[in-house]
Amino acid sequence: MSATDLTTKTRAAAGKMSWLANRWIRLAVFGVGLLLVMSIVRLITGAGDLISSGTVGAAVGLAVPIGMAGLGGLWSERSGVVNIGLEGMMILGTWGAGWAGYQWGAWWGVVAAVAFGAVGGLVHAVATITFGVDQIVSGVAINILGLGVAQYLSAIAFTGKGGGGPTQSPEIPSMGTVTIPGFSSAMGTIENHHWFLVSDLAGVFKGITYQVSYLTIIAVLLLPLTYWVLWRTAFGLRLRSCGEAPHAAESLGVNVFKYKYIAVVTSGALAGFGGAFLAIVAAGIYREGQTGGRGYIGLAAMIFGNWRPGGLAAGALLFGYTDAMQLRSADAVHALLLLAAVLLALLAVTYGARRKVVSASVMAALAAVILAWFLATSDLPQQVTYMTPYITTLLVLSLASQRLRMPAADGLVYRRGEGG
Amino acid sequence: MRRFLLAVAAPVLAIVFSVALTSVILVISGHPPLEVFRTMVDYGFKPRSQVLTLNLATTYYLSALAVAIGFRMNLFNIGVDGQYRLAAMIAAAFAGSVVLPAPFGQIVTIAIAMVVGAMWAGIAGLLKVTRGVSEVISTIMLNFIATGVVAYLLTPGRLAVSVQGSNNIGTKPIPASGQVPGISLIAGTTQQVYGLILLAVVMGLGYWFLLGRTRFGFDLRATGHSEPAAVASGVNVKRMVLVSMLLSGAVAGLVGMPQLLGASYTYSLDFPAGLGFTGIAIALLGRNNPVGIAFGALLWAFLDTSRQILDLGGVSKEIVTIMQGVIVLAVVIAYELVRRYGLAQQQREVGRRLAAEEPAAATTGAAA
Amino acid sequence: MVANHDIDLVVQRGTVHAIVGENGAGKSTLMNTLYGMHKPDEGQVLIDGEPVVMHSPSDAIARGVGMVHQHFMLADNLTVLENIILGQEPKKGRRIDFDAARTEINAIGRRYGLEVEPDELLEDLGVGDRQRVEILKVLYRGATTLILDEPTSVLVPQEVDDLFDALRELKGQGLTVIFISHKLDEVLSVADTITVIRAGTTVATVAPAEVTARQLAELMVGSELPSPETRESTVTDVPVLTVEHLSLAAPGGRLLLDDISFTIHQGEVLGIAGVEGNGQAELVETIMGMRTASGGAVQLGDTDVTPWSTRRRREAGMGYIPEDRTRHGLLLEAPLWENRMLGHQTVPPNAKGALIDRKGAKADTERIVHEYDVRTPSIDVTASALSGGNQQKLIVGREMSSNPRVLVAAHPTRGVDVGAQAAIWDLLKDARSKGLGVLLISADLDELIGLSDTLRVLLRGRLVASADPATVTPEQLGSAMTGVGGEAA
Repeated sequence: MSATDLTTKTRAAAGKMSWLANRWIRLAVFGVGLLLVMSIVRLITGAGDLISSGTVGAAVGLAVPIGMAGLGGLWSERSGVVNIGLEGMMILGTWGAGWAGYQWGAWWGVVAAVAFGAVGGLVHAVATITFGVDQIVSGVAINILGLGVAQYLSAIAFTGKGGGGPTQSPEIPSMGTVTIPGFSSAMGTIENHHWFLVSDLAGVFKGITYQVSYLTIIAVLLLPLTYWVLWRTAFGLRLRSCGEAPHAAESLGVNVFKYKYIAVVTSGALAGFGGAFLAIVAAGIYREGQTGGRGYIGLAAMIFGNWRPGGLAAGALLFGYTDAMQLRSADAVHALLLLAAVLLALLAVTYGARRKVVSASVMAALAAVILAWFLATSDLPQQVTYMTPYITTLLVLSLASQRLRMPAADGLVYRRGEGG
Repeated sequence: MRRFLLAVAAPVLAIVFSVALTSVILVISGHPPLEVFRTMVDYGFKPRSQVLTLNLATTYYLSALAVAIGFRMNLFNIGVDGQYRLAAMIAAAFAGSVVLPAPFGQIVTIAIAMVVGAMWAGIAGLLKVTRGVSEVISTIMLNFIATGVVAYLLTPGRLAVSVQGSNNIGTKPIPASGQVPGISLIAGTTQQVYGLILLAVVMGLGYWFLLGRTRFGFDLRATGHSEPAAVASGVNVKRMVLVSMLLSGAVAGLVGMPQLLGASYTYSLDFPAGLGFTGIAIALLGRNNPVGIAFGALLWAFLDTSRQILDLGGVSKEIVTIMQGVIVLAVVIAYELVRRYGLAQQQREVGRRLAAEEPAAATTGAAA
Repeated sequence: MVANHDIDLVVQRGTVHAIVGENGAGKSTLMNTLYGMHKPDEGQVLIDGEPVVMHSPSDAIARGVGMVHQHFMLADNLTVLENIILGQEPKKGRRIDFDAARTEINAIGRRYGLEVEPDELLEDLGVGDRQRVEILKVLYRGATTLILDEPTSVLVPQEVDDLFDALRELKGQGLTVIFISHKLDEVLSVADTITVIRAGTTVATVAPAEVTARQLAELMVGSELPSPETRESTVTDVPVLTVEHLSLAAPGGRLLLDDISFTIHQGEVLGIAGVEGNGQAELVETIMGMRTASGGAVQLGDTDVTPWSTRRRREAGMGYIPEDRTRHGLLLEAPLWENRMLGHQTVPPNAKGALIDRKGAKADTERIVHEYDVRTPSIDVTASALSGGNQQKLIVGREMSSNPRVLVAAHPTRGVDVGAQAAIWDLLKDARSKGLGVLLISADLDELIGLSDTLRVLLRGRLVASADPATVTPEQLGSAMTGVGGEAA
């Protein structure tokens, strides 16, 4: 007993000193390594779009709505409420953005989108928290409802208004973009030299600093903000405690209903914000079916990221990146096969080093198959790229599901005074 | 009797609430609700509309049954959508290219659809059983992947040809010998009801029998009630998860069949999508009960048919989608309230009925 | 339902005041009322002579009342520190001041001898440490009155001693402790005053020096004590269940069960004593085939059933009374007759071939309800409508109805009223005399000693000692359970 106490104590103490530094160093090493692999693959295949400022910019843009839906899911699930109604809340957001955006400008569109999404969240909260309805059931109903409301309101609000109709809004004025003067163009110059690694890095920098939308900046800031709120403040601790052990929280005077309500409404607001990005930045218009299941994908990104903001961002970027590739160039898509093969081979080596024979062999076999595919073909059907992120998610879930840890009381109905 | 009343109370309340809310929305947007509803009902009961309603309901019913099989054991098969689309596409490609004498062609086509649906759902089942992946997420992913696979296969040069007289593409049309003829069920119209409506009826009966009357069904329901209790009673839960996903997928494979073999004869780009989600809503509405689902499917189909008239009167027909969404949300809340009320009521009643004998019981108990 | 009525309770400052009562006597309800989780319908609560109305735990906390729940109210995925400060976080600006919290927790820990490591994740802690965290939570909130609900039920005797030391320390510093228990010797050793509750009302308040454990027990029960003791031995030499070198490995390779061997004969009750969490649940589930053994064998009669599924084992005559009846033994929202089928859904009278036999099952449920005195208005009510004792009688009845050769009974009388407990004991004794072999797991040492023909002690997944129930005392058994006594008898 005392021996184990001692070791855990030293471990905790040692951990506190080097843990942070370690994590950042690890992350940096990982980032540079990934870039290196991508540069090499670019060099071999000559597919410039594999990592160019254009791809990076597009990937970030495509990742934002997914990331915001995922962040919405994170808020909700951290408080113990599963939210597959994100899709419906996002649809409400796109409609709100179109409706307010075309009349009063893009920023009002954002406000309306957030408000509409929050209303969707409120409905989910009432059904699941107050009435104790199964959370997945309620989510499905909200998806149906969100779609219906948006369609009905469009027919009323947009028909006959310059360019609008039952399935789309009039154009929303642009809100403009940000470019870091000097820096972005300097990076662009370096990128055009096509130097190994250096140009690629410059491409990444240009991609994230050239003509960046305000909403992207807000979205990126929302990730650390969420981390800070949920893991560093008393509010966040209480909110998470509702998702881990609601009856414990209740016994300490935490108003579980209140925190769950706040979390689920925030969740809807974030999904609505993701919708605003789609309507205002990505399309400049509200269009029916614009969300294209991104609410669901956001949920997948969140699970992929193990219910943490950082992991969720990585998941969203993965989806955004493969999406961007598919939109930009057929060559690059084919090159993606080689990239996948190399990454899988590296993964196989790491598993091998840890003596996880089964995982290592599965990875190695996959790498070999994909490599053979790459060598045997000269292009990849666009539909295959479309499927990539979903297949990746399934793979990640099936390989890592044992290590994923969802909040302990996630999805369970909470009723006051029933604990212990 | 009281149980029956309790069971019916919830959906009736939900529909009333939904009609009321829809009326409010109609009033706000400047339409007289009574008139709108009357127009809908008048149109919806025309013979031609009745046929449409029955045909739609057939499809919805199959979809909802597929979902309900999963629901009965706490499995959320959100993937019925992908399962039926993939199944219908592959079955259509088969039926269009291989000619077998009737009824073998139809039987083999339907069997292929069931197998494809089952396999696609089986992936989710297998991942859940072997790797612990939540079926909610995996079936959602599989829906997207199915979209990709269908798009990949449905290109000219693979399984698709161009549809005559349009720029649509689809699988090769199914020859007359492979089609299922319609039934002239409704008088006053030349329109026919899908022949496969009979398949839906048979599946409903099969569902009722399998779940309510067989040991397998008991195991399945027990697992849905309480997984640990089912395990302790000797149910192999992993096997049950896999088998019920396969069953659910097989029924999902049928969803596209009435339309494919009875109307479109080809799987083309405009083949109806999203029926899997409608199925979820209807399964909820019908409380996973085969008769309840039938009513739910008919109601949903009636609303879908009768809304076609609304645009003519200047009312946006999407009002019906709102109505449907509200019905679903209201009905699940109502069911939950009724369930709790029922349980509390029962506990009270047991307490009350035993109260009379309780003093005596307490003494004997202590003395024993 | 009235869980409590006419409760009169006066607790002096700076004392340990015990509240004793049977399971289901209303102790926990009373404490939840004092802690603001339920509102009293009548009467009032006074603190320092002042009437207070507490609507929520927050009100209770504000009045200096803190509660340590029987089932720990802790979040596994939060750190010790987070668990303690939750709801009353020290802040620096808008963020939590983690350093201040750490200092504070360490200071309280040192003051009362309750030291913990604040940054550890709670799931890494053992039971004793978890309880310390629970007490620290209460002290951190500045509670002057602590309510401890059955605090010793999960502790080994050494940990109980540590806990009692801490309680005396708290009392010495002027704090008040309300201590709820049904373990009378513990109550007698630690309390300054004892209040007895029966059927939701207070029946007596006494000082420990004035009463014996036996008198207290009779106050609790309200009549003479039922006795679990079996008189004459019915043990034969025909083995019905043989367990040989059974072991079970956790995913990490750690052994949850290590080389377990024993034999149960016809007409024999083999009792397994042990502090909860030492492998009892794993042993039962491995024998029933719900977990796959990593080594060793289980024999039913002379058939090796090790590779068999749970279903096949049950069909072959292994009855099972699970530890947690509402989770493992019943379908709460299914009618009684479906619950009668559960576990026996493949055999008559519940099944005919691949179909279920609704008529047969219903008729047999009526028989069980009648024969086993399950008090219910009808077999169509759901299991959740029954009281715990009646639920358990239904389970026992259904397991006996299949004429099992061996019965695995885990805590068969836990949480049931005295009447049902006596009835279940009688049923077990009858079945034993008819040749049933029973594996009995229980935390109630009197029940174990009274019913068993042979006793074995399970400690950290190993059978470490055996004892003769005719001669062993609960104290001897208790020390063997913690590994200090070695052979108990």
